Amino acid sequence: MTADLYGASPLAVRADALAASSSPSTVRIAEVPFRAQVTLRVDPRGAAAERIGAALGAALPGPGGVARTERVAVLGLGPDEWLLVGPEGAAQGLQDTLTAALDRAFGAVVDVSAHRTIVQVSGPKAREVLNKGCALDLHPRVFASDRCAQTDVARTSAILMRHDVVEPGFWVFVRASFARYLADWLIDAAAEYGG
Amino acid sequence: MSGPFRLADGGRIDRERPVSFRFDGRDLQGFAGDTLASALLAQGVHQVATGIRYGRPRGVLAAGPEEPNALVQIEKPFPEPMLTATTVELREGLEAVGLPGQGRLSPDPDPARYDAVHEHCDVLVVGAGPAGLSAALAAARSGARVVLADADTEFGGGLLGSGEMLDHAPALEWVERARAELARRSEVRLLPRTTVTGHYDANYLIAVEDRGPDAFTRQRTWHIRAHEVVLATGAHERPLVFADNDRPGTMLAGAARTYLHRYAVLPGRRAVVFTTDDGAYAAALDLCGAGVEIAAVVDARPEAPPFWAKRCAEQGIPVRTGHAVVGTTGEEHVTGARVAALDPDTGALGPEEHHACDLLLVSGGWNPAVHLYSQARGPLAYDEAAGAFLPSGSVPGVHPAGAAAGLRTTAQCLSSGAVAGVQAASRLGLEATAAPRPETDPHPVPKGRPLWRVPDPDAGDPGRTQFVDLARDATVADVEKAVGAGLSSVEHIKRFTTIGTGHDQGRTSGTVSSGIIAGLLGADLAEVGTTTFRAPYSPVSFAALAGRERGELYDPIRVTAMHDWHVEQGAPFENVGQWKRPWYYPRPGESMEAAVLRECRAVRTGVGMQDVSTLGKIDVQGPDAAEFLDLVYTNMMSTLKLGRIRYGLMCHADGMVFDDGTVMRTGEHRYLISTTSGGAAGVLEHLEDWLQTEWTHLRVHLTSVTEQWATIALAGPRSREVLERACTGIDLDNADFPFMSWRNGTIAGRRARVCRISFSGELAFEINVPWWHGRQVWDALYAAGEPFGITPYGTETMHVLRAEKGFPIVGQDTDGTVTPQDLGMGWAVSKKKADFIGARSFSRPDNTRTDRKQLVGLIPAAGEGVLPEGTQIVETRVLPRPPVPMLGHVTSSYRSAALGTPFALALVKGGRDRIGQTVYGHVGDRLVPVEITDPVFYDKEGARRDG
Repeated sequence: MTADLYGASPLAVRADALAASSSPSTVRIAEVPFRAQVTLRVDPRGAAAERIGAALGAALPGPGGVARTERVAVLGLGPDEWLLVGPEGAAQGLQDTLTAALDRAFGAVVDVSAHRTIVQVSGPKAREVLNKGCALDLHPRVFASDRCAQTDVARTSAILMRHDVVEPGFWVFVRASFARYLADWLIDAAAEYGG
Repeated sequence: MSGPFRLADGGRIDRERPVSFRFDGRDLQGFAGDTLASALLAQGVHQVATGIRYGRPRGVLAAGPEEPNALVQIEKPFPEPMLTATTVELREGLEAVGLPGQGRLSPDPDPARYDAVHEHCDVLVVGAGPAGLSAALAAARSGARVVLADADTEFGGGLLGSGEMLDHAPALEWVERARAELARRSEVRLLPRTTVTGHYDANYLIAVEDRGPDAFTRQRTWHIRAHEVVLATGAHERPLVFADNDRPGTMLAGAARTYLHRYAVLPGRRAVVFTTDDGAYAAALDLCGAGVEIAAVVDARPEAPPFWAKRCAEQGIPVRTGHAVVGTTGEEHVTGARVAALDPDTGALGPEEHHACDLLLVSGGWNPAVHLYSQARGPLAYDEAAGAFLPSGSVPGVHPAGAAAGLRTTAQCLSSGAVAGVQAASRLGLEATAAPRPETDPHPVPKGRPLWRVPDPDAGDPGRTQFVDLARDATVADVEKAVGAGLSSVEHIKRFTTIGTGHDQGRTSGTVSSGIIAGLLGADLAEVGTTTFRAPYSPVSFAALAGRERGELYDPIRVTAMHDWHVEQGAPFENVGQWKRPWYYPRPGESMEAAVLRECRAVRTGVGMQDVSTLGKIDVQGPDAAEFLDLVYTNMMSTLKLGRIRYGLMCHADGMVFDDGTVMRTGEHRYLISTTSGGAAGVLEHLEDWLQTEWTHLRVHLTSVTEQWATIALAGPRSREVLERACTGIDLDNADFPFMSWRNGTIAGRRARVCRISFSGELAFEINVPWWHGRQVWDALYAAGEPFGITPYGTETMHVLRAEKGFPIVGQDTDGTVTPQDLGMGWAVSKKKADFIGARSFSRPDNTRTDRKQLVGLIPAAGEGVLPEGTQIVETRVLPRPPVPMLGHVTSSYRSAALGTPFALALVKGGRDRIGQTVYGHVGDRLVPVEITDPVFYDKEGARRDG
């Protein structure tokens, strides 16, 4: 159904390879395709930021922070920049909500749903796999469940968000053109954990 | 039996696991747990290699990475050059040969895997001897995240080779308890076989873990960022400098003790021990207890330490104080020591006596391993009492401990390690207390008095066989020559003599050479100092540095949504930045030339399609977006109406062309701009730079959306007919949808933004859909085009078509020294705008010269082929004498189906005034006549863009 609605995600061709490189007891790697992604730029001190927080049901977090509502994760990418991540098909609704809350105040709302795809890396070895190409400290004491970061993973830029569900995990947002490279790199990095 | 010098029991070797290996063509046996050096010594093999300069036989001097002599080349299981036999683990099937100082790389690619990982911790402890283990325990018990790295195969450090007791039990039982406790803690990472090779700013350290040939990854490079670092790196024993001090069988006293206790190997049967330090007495007594006959302990100091002298007397070991070993006998193995009384003040030698021996142990004191501390910019100072350079001052977050801090007894090391661990944890705000120190053997603190050089008894050619740096074959005579030549800095003398530049980085020679230099200069050793310690501490293989960044993973490959279609069609790819772009689409058996001519013809006469998704795209939003675009483009953008598109040029402040693309107005305060494929990141940075640092008053936001859109170019006189079949919701005729405008429509059920943009001069459309729909819409357009013979084309055809129209490609026809006016694009430089980036530069005298290089067309004379790109253009038919004045060069050059002749674009001095002239291209050894033309070769009137 979703493939019909959305066409082909950047890593559809790597789905089998990612599944084959996953092992339940160590690390699992899978694409999370077609999520709604909207970039928001607005002055965090202004009334518009407050209106947006109220409209979303979660105050805009500071840089590196993540705020969550039932449907949406709000990633603080910079002092005046956020990435909103919602379920499939929610991009237009999100844009409408944000634009309405902006109410012509200075800001920007851009649909970037297809610009990046998301790769979920989870399991007990997820941190070790990512740290083969990511210089950040991803220990839960430092990179907790409400943290995100813009960084490099291997030789591509990425947005990292902790995404713990039952077991430790991360969402890696990668630009669509780099997605296969990142997938191939992740498969290689996870190889020692026996998929 | 694994050798006549192996004891029947004891040691850390596994006697259940014999190991066969081959050295210098001989098949030998050792045990698991041996090093190559210990296995050879067990067989009585002392000579491992020869010296690099003089070819003299060389044996095993040390028992660890400080080894200067015993270099080997590993042949199997995989070739590795220049390892020290003292650090090579013995493995089944190992084959090695001794090396005369230099190794060789294998011509075969290394099949093993090497990788890298980033690690963060609160406390990194380097070295797992008594100090390091104590530090790690104290830090770990506070809850800190601890990494403990040690170069050896097992933890214990000096305890592995000393046979000591802790808490009235073998010390290694305590080591095992400590290791086990650390291993149980989830926040502790233990890294045996891991050498920390570099200590950089802000406690960033690099370590290389040798995981062994059977591991998934043979070597792993650890990038460790630590809040606190405990340097418990131990100390290296110094050899002594006397004539013929390089004979195999000459060994550091501590190393001999290690071979005895750790490997159950007797390094000889009858030993002379030459020392200036108390530490060697323990070695003499331990070896004596194991059955080695100690011919004499020769102590250069006037008095022997009473504690040890008493024990030697009990064992019947003669002690000769105030004496020195002045030389040796033997060639491939030491056969005896020449001993003489030495006057400590005058250096006068007494009559010589000869002591036969097959083992000569030396101990000139201990050098703390201060390499990492020094790399971390920790200051070193010569300590008279220790006779060594010790860490002094302080480096925030760095804690030297144990022998690395100049301490000598196990008790001191245990205590200082615990203190360092507590301090490190405390600095992090953690509550830490040191555990009670285990009880140690009641030994006094060893003392020593350095003797940097024994006088040479052979008056004829003094110092020529007194080796200072065994790895470099550098002698006292070399140092004397350097000082005699007027050198006084250790750094200069190092470079003159090469002392300290070998694989071992002068671990056994550095302080000794400083001592000798100080003596020759009559200077204070503290003033002379040491040479700089630099990373890596131990040699690191290039493969470990490269890690997985090789082959397919060397650099990212960027692909578009339609990439697999291009692959299926058999298109070769061109690299554009990191992008893979289809170059051309050959039919079976078709050459590139034929394919490109066919593709060009299709676009000029029918219809072609190209994947142009790689063009950079930036969303520009905000009330001041129009003003901003006016400032960053040379032409006027603020007059652009909604729904319309304009071509734009960007320059740097110097007025030189930097990028080009289109500006599409998509909303009242919103634009979508495109950049060149390779320039996208640079343009965004450039724009953000001006926005964030110069024009902070402008209310504009930029968002990269390059991969949001898949973009398909549909070009050729029949492109409208194809779109009519595929697209709904847009009236496609010229009146409703004019050139340089855009409309929203639907293709294959997908919302698409369709633009009328042409880079070929033909009627053309660009279709933008979200990345996810790219392949589907491409397929739909291809199917719709099939009745018209739609032809996919690649970057080469695109280049030819645009060149026929005289459209420059930034980066190909420009090189950062070309203005819009040089390109003949003065029309794209606004005369009305008050300011924009580059504006002021256009009035610089240099930018208004009439003899600047200008973009022109070239047509080679009839019968000539395609000019190579880069061809130099000269004025005359015959080359004048050099220097030949150059008029310019060819920037683009192709065959043309439409023109029926090869043609080129070139930058030529005063080129526009030369149109119609014949000039010459220098091709190989020929001068090819070419006519200068207008750069627009095809459809000068622009009649074709509306179909």
